[in-house]
Formats: sequence, structure tokens, C-alpha cells
Amino acid sequence: MPKWSMVIDLEKCVACQGCSIACRMENNTPVATPEEAWDGREIRWNDVFPMPRAEVGDYPNTKTHYMTRPCMHCENPPCIKVCPVQATFIDEEGLVRQNYDRCIGCRYCTVACPYAVRYFNWYAPEWNPTIEQHLNPQEVSSGSGDREGPAVRPKGVVEKCTYCIQRLDNARQRAEAEDRDFRPDEYVPACVETCTGKARFFGDMDNPDSTVSKLAKSERAFALLEEVGTHPKTIYLQEGE
Amino acid sequence: MLTIGKRDKETLLDPLFRAGRGFYALIGVLIVIMGWGLFMYIRQIVLGLGVTGMDRPAYWGIYMVNFIFFIGISHAGTLISAILRVTQAEWRRPITRIAEAITAFALVVGTLQIFFDLGRPDRVLYLFWYGRLQSPLLWDAVSVTAYFLGSLTYLYLPIIPDVALLRDNLPADAPAWRERLYAIMALGWRGNRTQWIRLEKTIAVMAVLIIPVAISVHTVISWILATTVQPGWHSTVFGPYFVVGAIFSGIGALFIAMTLARRVMHLEAYITDRQYRNLGYIFITMSAIWFYFTYAEYMTLAAGQGAAEFPILASKLWGAFSPGFWAMVLAMVVAFVVLVFPLILPNSWRKYRIFNPRFTLASAVAFGLAMLLLQVPETEDALAGLSLGLSPIALKIIALVAGVLFIVSILPWLKRHLIDAMVIASGLVLIGMWLERWNIIVPTMVSPRLAPSSWYTPTLTEWSLFAASIALFIFMFALFFKVVPAVSVWEVREGRVIDHVHSQEIMPMPEPSLPARGAMRRSLEETEPTY
Repeated sequence: MPKWSMVIDLEKCVACQGCSIACRMENNTPVATPEEAWDGREIRWNDVFPMPRAEVGDYPNTKTHYMTRPCMHCENPPCIKVCPVQATFIDEEGLVRQNYDRCIGCRYCTVACPYAVRYFNWYAPEWNPTIEQHLNPQEVSSGSGDREGPAVRPKGVVEKCTYCIQRLDNARQRAEAEDRDFRPDEYVPACVETCTGKARFFGDMDNPDSTVSKLAKSERAFALLEEVGTHPKTIYLQEGE
Repeated sequence: MLTIGKRDKETLLDPLFRAGRGFYALIGVLIVIMGWGLFMYIRQIVLGLGVTGMDRPAYWGIYMVNFIFFIGISHAGTLISAILRVTQAEWRRPITRIAEAITAFALVVGTLQIFFDLGRPDRVLYLFWYGRLQSPLLWDAVSVTAYFLGSLTYLYLPIIPDVALLRDNLPADAPAWRERLYAIMALGWRGNRTQWIRLEKTIAVMAVLIIPVAISVHTVISWILATTVQPGWHSTVFGPYFVVGAIFSGIGALFIAMTLARRVMHLEAYITDRQYRNLGYIFITMSAIWFYFTYAEYMTLAAGQGAAEFPILASKLWGAFSPGFWAMVLAMVVAFVVLVFPLILPNSWRKYRIFNPRFTLASAVAFGLAMLLLQVPETEDALAGLSLGLSPIALKIIALVAGVLFIVSILPWLKRHLIDAMVIASGLVLIGMWLERWNIIVPTMVSPRLAPSSWYTPTLTEWSLFAASIALFIFMFALFFKVVPAVSVWEVREGRVIDHVHSQEIMPMPEPSLPARGAMRRSLEETEPTY
């Protein structure tokens, strides 16, 4: 059973926000108006933001550190522990998933997540007509027919990065159609595929020979907020000075 | 056929069948406020929670604050009346009904806040269909449901003999629906020996059972916050801290409700100084414990200097949330002073007119002005003339002296008006406890570890629903006490029997010692009869 994991090399990240855009197109996140964004209601499963106290050095020789942040897909996720209706859960491959047809919108998970990677639909989703014609039509189901993944979310539910779980489904189906075994390297999320600086790596952490396993053993590897005990599967490689 | 004394009937039963113009006016105003609230709530359902001031990362706001606040108030009743019943505190008898009604209605209003807060209120039953017992939110659903059912039972049981009394003593012009209602609610109560034994036994069992349930309710609410790893919430002290705060604010609500009932329904003969004095002692105790817990919580945070926790504490002590924090502290300190002094001052203070009202007002104004001038920045030239060239030190001394004079000058008034003092303290405590919940929820919400910090301001929708919630609370109260007497008639009568038996005991008067004879006589004349 593979255990999916992502490694992000901050040394290579150019903060182009390509991952955010790819994620938005792949996963049908609604577009916020400038006013809504100003109110803190924009939804970015994959966010790129300057680090707190990001600017170092004296003007004009300043430097800003950026952070790019998908869901951590923690091995010990605080969000699933507090969900009263099991709308969010961790599957056997380590993906922390969200069931839009189950979520009651109490926002306890958004409060419990120390990384603030969970987003709430304050409004009914809206797109401009061109984007609306090109929404990703896939709807991943959690088995009982409940919608997950890129399925268009109604207002009042919580959503989050799924490591593009629909792509995993597609890869599995393709392997089945071609009557062969599924290989873990057939599946990468959209942000990894699009990354301009090739700063993102994705793969099976259970396989000691995979790229992510090797990178995770690097001296530069660290996890965000290790002190809160969540054991993230999204691992960062530290930026050099 | 159950009978009732003439005076009890006139004061407690007959007003249930009369409603003045004031009553209809009150109901009308409340319905308008609730109607507005309903409109805003429907608007929120249609447009989504975007109409509130909540955002990322401030995912919880005033709805959650009100949820904790109202559920806290609900501890007034059942807990107080249950503990007082179990400990056989005789003075509880006239106020148990009001206390238990607060519990039931505050729970209704508190639970309503969850519906306001949910993104998908249509899926609320999923809590029971798909409930995960590992989630603190479900502990809360279980605990609050149990408490609600328990306190409804506990409210209803002592009502049975009273509605039977009503059934048998209906005025001739009583509407038919009342006749039917009382007949059904009385459950065939005849007041025979078996029925009394059963009722007393059931109430005794309920009184004991409801206490752990009540404590679990606010403990679990605190655990909703404390089981997360968010800075400022992840605290072991939260369980008892919240329970103490809940009982504290509950007694405050009880004081206000019983004073209103006393004034409006003319229950002065039933709810007397004795109730205020004794409940006041419990109130002071809760206040002291509340200060202790608050200090313990913030002191450990301050000493720990945690990288995530300390900035949040700093935002309360001197940052963006300092006005709310210090308003809470001020309200609680003033409430403590207002509570304690009338009770510890000797009775002779009643007659002192140390200063006249004009002096009291002047010292209050002097205090306010001095405090205001202290806030004026020194560089503001336009305002510099206002401070009359007084240095900050002088202003502080003026403020201190004026403040002390103000307190001293109102003390005799507080001593003379014990009930008003209690009500003032209760109002301050309710405000302080609401602010306490605000100070716990919002500062942690707006400064998370990894998202850019934000700001949360409640919108008109949220304030409207808050107002409508309070209106609903008063509405239920007003209607309920037009159906059921505000004082538990049979319990008061039972108390009279007990008092009568006690009065058969005759204590010899102590012989006054010779040198102090004059003083003793004077003090006997001055002292109010104590109960």
C-alpha cells in the first residue's frame, strides 16, 4: 500500500504561484471577488505567501522568504479527530479527504488545523462564464456516492487540498484498462506537474527507493510546526542563505 | 380539591389570568425584534455565511461566544436549585422555579446559536446519524441534550402540584384552553400521600443526577477549545474555569430575573432580602474563584512565554484586544466591590449620608476626566490646554482620590439598596462573562500560527441574531410565567410549615452584660430582623 507524500524544495521555489493556479484549474476552486478576498474569504488549496517577518536585510538589500503550502496530509491530523460526522477522514493510503455531502459546516476542523489549510465556502461558488465552461467535470466518490475531490462544492461546506485524488483514480483506472499493475509513479498532483522550478516532488514514502523517501532523509528536510505533533507528509527542504 | 390561602392565591395565581397593557407591549416589541432576527437568519441561509464578519482564519465569531454565554447562563438554574435542594437550604424555596426556568430557556437559546453558526443547518441531524463519538462536538451534543431533557424534567416535576392547584382554583372566566392545559399537565395530581412520596423521591433523585450532567456540559464546551492545539486554548485549566464562569454568570442572570419577577409580579413578600443575601454569598464565592482561575490561566501563559501563545496574551494585555480585556477586568472588579461592601459593612452605615448625591456625581466626573486626560497624547497641542498644566502623576493622584471618594460616597446607598446593588453587580458580571468568552475565542482565532493574522468585526446580521436571541429568552420567560406561577407555591407552603415547627423552639434571650447595656440596646434597635 503506497503512502503518498510530497517534498517541496524551498531553495528551488521561485514563488511564481503556478502551483496555486494549476490547483485552481484542476480542482474547481471558486473565484473570489477582490472584496471577498479583502475580507479573507478567498479559497486557495495551495497558497503561496510571504513568511511572517519575511523581509531580511536593510533596504535596498532586502530579501523576502516565501512559503508555498498545500495540505500537510498529516499522519496524525487534528482536523479528522474533531469532525463530528466523519466528513473528513484519512484513508489507508494516508490521504486526508473531505466529503462535501457529509460536511455540516461547523468549521471545527478549520479551527483545529494549525496550518489553516482548510477553507470554508462563505458563498455559493461563482466563476466567470469562460472558466465555468471549463470546470473539471470529475467527481470522485467516497464509495457511498458522496462527492469529493474536484466536484463543485455547495455553499456552507469545508474543502481542502486532496493531493488531486481524482488523478490517483484516473491512474488506477488506466492501469486496470490496460490490464497491468498500477505503479506509484503514474500519479502526481497538478501542482507537482506544473511546478516551474521543479521544486515539488511526489511519490510513495513507503518505498525506500522513491525520490521523496530519499529527499526526506536530506539534512535540509523539515516539517512545518513539528512541535504540534501532527507528523505532516508534506515535507520541506530548507532554503539556503 | 386542592385549596390555597387567600393571599397566595391573590399574589401568585390570579395574576396569571390577567395581562396588562405593559405585557402586550413587551410581547409586541419582542416579536418585532425576533421577526427581524428571523429575517436576518433567512437572509444568511440564502446568501451564505459570507454575510457575517467571519473569515479565514477567524472561523468562529460571536455565534460561538453567544453559544458559550447562553449555555453558561443555563447553569444558574438547575445547578443552583439542585445543590440548594440537596443541601436543604431553606431559603431556596421562592427562587427555584425562576432558576430552573432560566436553565431550560437558556439551553434553548444556546442551542439555537449552533444553528446560526452551521454552514449547513439542514444537515444538523447528521450529528445523530453519522455522529463520531470521538469528536468533542459530539460530546457536547450528547451532554447538552442530556442536560436539556434533564432540566426540562426537573422544571416540570415541581410544577405538577402547582398546576393541580391551578386546575382546582381556576377563576370563573378562565379560558377553556387553560382548563384543559392544567388538567393535562397536572397528570391527575390529587395530593395524596403516595403521590407526594413519589414526587419528593423523584425530585431528590433528579437533583442529585442533574449536578454531574450540568458540570459535564460546560466542561465539554471548554474541551471543544482545549482539545485543539491552538495557542491560548490548549489548557488543562479550561474545564473547571468554564464551569466556574458558567455558574458565576448563571447566578448573575438569576439575580436579574428574580428581581424583575419580584418587581413586575409584586413578589416582595416571597423573595426577600434573605434570598439576595444568601445567594450573594455564593455569588461572591464564585467571583473569587473566577478571579483565581483567570489569574492562574494568564499567569502561566505569561511565565511560559511560548512563541505562539505569548503574542496572543500580549494582544489581550496591551494589544488590539486590550480594551475588551480590561473592560472585563474592570467590570468584574467593580462587581466584586459592589457585592462585597454592602454585605460586610455594619448596618449602621445605612443611615450615614457621608456625601450627598451631587458630591458623588462630582467625584465620578472628576475620576472620568482625569482618566480621559491621561489618555491624551502629550504632543496634541490643541488639547494640551485641557490638562491645566497638570502632570501625569498629579492626574493619577486626582483619579485615585476621586475614585476612592466615589466608592466611599456610594457605599451607604449600596448598603441601603441591597437588591439594587446585587442587580448592578449582576449586570456587570454578565457583561464581564460575555467579554471573557469573546477574549478567549476571538484573539486566538485571528492570530493563527501560519496564516496572515486577520481581524474580526461582527456584522449587523450577527448583532441582530444576538438581539433576537435575548428577545427570545425574555419572550419565553414572559409567556411561561403567565402560565405557571413564578414561585413554587407548594414548596413555599412546605417551607412555612417547617418554619412554624422551628418557631416552636424558644431560645432564651442572652442576658446583656452590664457595662455594654446601652450599646446592646441600641444595636438591637438598629438591627434588621435577620432571617
